[in-house]
Amino acid sequence: MLLNQFLILGAVLFATGVYGVLARRNGVMVLMSIELMLNAVNINLVAFGMQHGVVSGQVFALFVIAVAAAEVGVGLAIVLLLYRNRTSIDVEDFDLMRG
Amino acid sequence: MATQSVLAFVGPSVNWWALLPQMILLGAALLIMLVSALAPKQTSTPFVTVTTMCAAITSYIVATGLWNDVQRDGPSSSIASAFGIDGFSIFFTMLILVALAATALLSHGYLDKEGIDAPEFHALLLCSAAGAIVMASANDLVVMFIGLEALSIGLYVMIAMHDRRQEARESAIKYFVLGAFSSAFLLYGIALTYGATGSTNLIHIRDYLGAVVFRDQHLLMAAMALLLVGLSFKVAAAPFHFWAPDVYQGAPSPVTGWMASVAKAAGFAALLRIFFAAFASHRIDWTPIVSVLAAVTLVVGAVMAILQNDVKRMLAFSSVSHAGYVLIAVQAATDQGTAAALFYLFTYTFMVLGTFAVVGAMGRDDDHPLANYAGLGRSRPVLAIGFTILLLAQAGIPTTSGFVAKFQVIAAAVNNKNYVLAGLAMITAVVGAFMYLRIVMAMYVDNEEQKSSVPSWHWSTKVVVIAMVGFTLLAGLVPQFLIEFAEDAVPILIRG
Amino acid sequence: MSELLRSYLTVGIFGVAAIAMAGAMLTIARILRPQRPTPQKLIAYESGVDPVGGDWAQSQIRYYVFAVLFVLFDVEAVFIFPWATRLEVYGTFGLVEMAIFIFILVLGLFYAWRKGVLRWV
Repeated sequence: MLLNQFLILGAVLFATGVYGVLARRNGVMVLMSIELMLNAVNINLVAFGMQHGVVSGQVFALFVIAVAAAEVGVGLAIVLLLYRNRTSIDVEDFDLMRG
Repeated sequence: MATQSVLAFVGPSVNWWALLPQMILLGAALLIMLVSALAPKQTSTPFVTVTTMCAAITSYIVATGLWNDVQRDGPSSSIASAFGIDGFSIFFTMLILVALAATALLSHGYLDKEGIDAPEFHALLLCSAAGAIVMASANDLVVMFIGLEALSIGLYVMIAMHDRRQEARESAIKYFVLGAFSSAFLLYGIALTYGATGSTNLIHIRDYLGAVVFRDQHLLMAAMALLLVGLSFKVAAAPFHFWAPDVYQGAPSPVTGWMASVAKAAGFAALLRIFFAAFASHRIDWTPIVSVLAAVTLVVGAVMAILQNDVKRMLAFSSVSHAGYVLIAVQAATDQGTAAALFYLFTYTFMVLGTFAVVGAMGRDDDHPLANYAGLGRSRPVLAIGFTILLLAQAGIPTTSGFVAKFQVIAAAVNNKNYVLAGLAMITAVVGAFMYLRIVMAMYVDNEEQKSSVPSWHWSTKVVVIAMVGFTLLAGLVPQFLIEFAEDAVPILIRG
Repeated sequence: MSELLRSYLTVGIFGVAAIAMAGAMLTIARILRPQRPTPQKLIAYESGVDPVGGDWAQSQIRYYVFAVLFVLFDVEAVFIFPWATRLEVYGTFGLVEMAIFIFILVLGLFYAWRKGVLRWV
């Protein structure tokens, strides 16, 4: 079985997503990076499910897909709300509060 | 696989009675949405507040019945052991329902004042509460994740709902990005745990880890680290706390109270169930990491709180340091430590809800400089005394519940021979007390011109503050009942 | 070669065959057809209407609400598919569960409709 290849793919995708969240300034790109992280987890879940010979991994992946869609829907709405006020979705501009 | 389609499908046995608390909440949320869609004119703020309160009270009565059942018949689990019905889950259910009732009351005055759509807010609040209960009761990592997301997604929207305030939206996007980010870490940890043990069911994980000796533990170690990072974000433990001050400051005050009490409590419930109950056989691997986290969190929370000038930011860092105390109890990994953590979370919920009730009533929810509180002792003496008691309780002054809570946590660390951490906890308690005293001092400083600017307080705020102060004093003077309650609620995993 | 890679080999061969066939047809057409371009002929084909503006256009922001609603309901269908493949096996239990699930979804859509989200403003 090719478990390692799938795990490496998952890890690379996850790391790409982490980099995207930390480095991208565009709010929509940050959301896409989060989606990348969640999908990396899906690859892992399906790969482990295959390794253990059970379908539960795929079932969990379905749950993650549904939750991710709901989350991104809310996220896009918040980004849009900010855009209406600022005409900017650059996350560096969100600096009203400082301590 | 092939034989599966031949077999007749047998649905999992479901203990509906045990699921009733969160089903009542979800039902109330659907009812509010339905009524507000059909008759938008009739859905006034009082209607939705009463609905939410009724749901919380009914749910609480059911939870009391469940508690008695568990004490009599022992714990059980439902839906193919994905859902635990034990003292632990009912303890957190009760905690969440108390917080729900308090938040519903607080928002009653707040929503009209700030022009927020009440039915939508309450529907989200109810869903969020149901998610928190699911998260605290989950016996399966995936169910736990779904509960967490229901809790968080409701919170994201509740923060963003404040129409006119830029800070609220900024706070929402920050909480959203960090929340989703940490959820992804948690999920990666869940996936690796699934890979290492072959199941996401906590009972199966515990049995597997207890029976099998790994040739190399890399996968499991990575899984533990990722789970710990994900949950540390959720409970705002340093160094994963940096979102907390901005989000606490920008969010509407009732939502901040909800976030500080319930999101933190549910996060710790998950942490305790996963690490204390399921990873019990590997405690030698995770307790050192948790104690380092606890130490860092204590220091950061105490020191950073002193440097703030905004009351909400101060309270954000104070909530970080409270997470540190609970982590001390978690790292002890004993029944005593866990009971101390539960006691701490329960009393902390009351303190923090009362505190944010006062903060939310202080004028328009824009910013909360310390100067706003000057002269409060003169203009509103009774409420100032209430606020003082709540702050002193957070500082851990004797005769309040905060003292008993801190004492229990430190006793757990001492019994575990972790003297360094116990000493550090005492030092940071003193340092942290300075910040609370700063607010108290500001209230009693004579400042004539500030007197008139304090707005009138809604009756619901007064009710909440009085209830929270009363409980804080009660649990400080006669803590025995709550200590026994917490000891009966130490998590156990039961095959259903 | 492992079993998994071998099954992908079939996919690969199909892909190569598809590209080769389409490429061959286009190349043959290019060789055979007469080429007499005029400015009229080079205009992008827009169903007989003269093209207006550039090729980069911003979408209306009001599409966004529909897009999000679509994504949400589309993804919820993910739970209906597994149920549909084992419809008889799950029997009444599955039917009731799915009815509750769809009821909650429909309630959400109903709420959105009543709140005027679906109105084209």
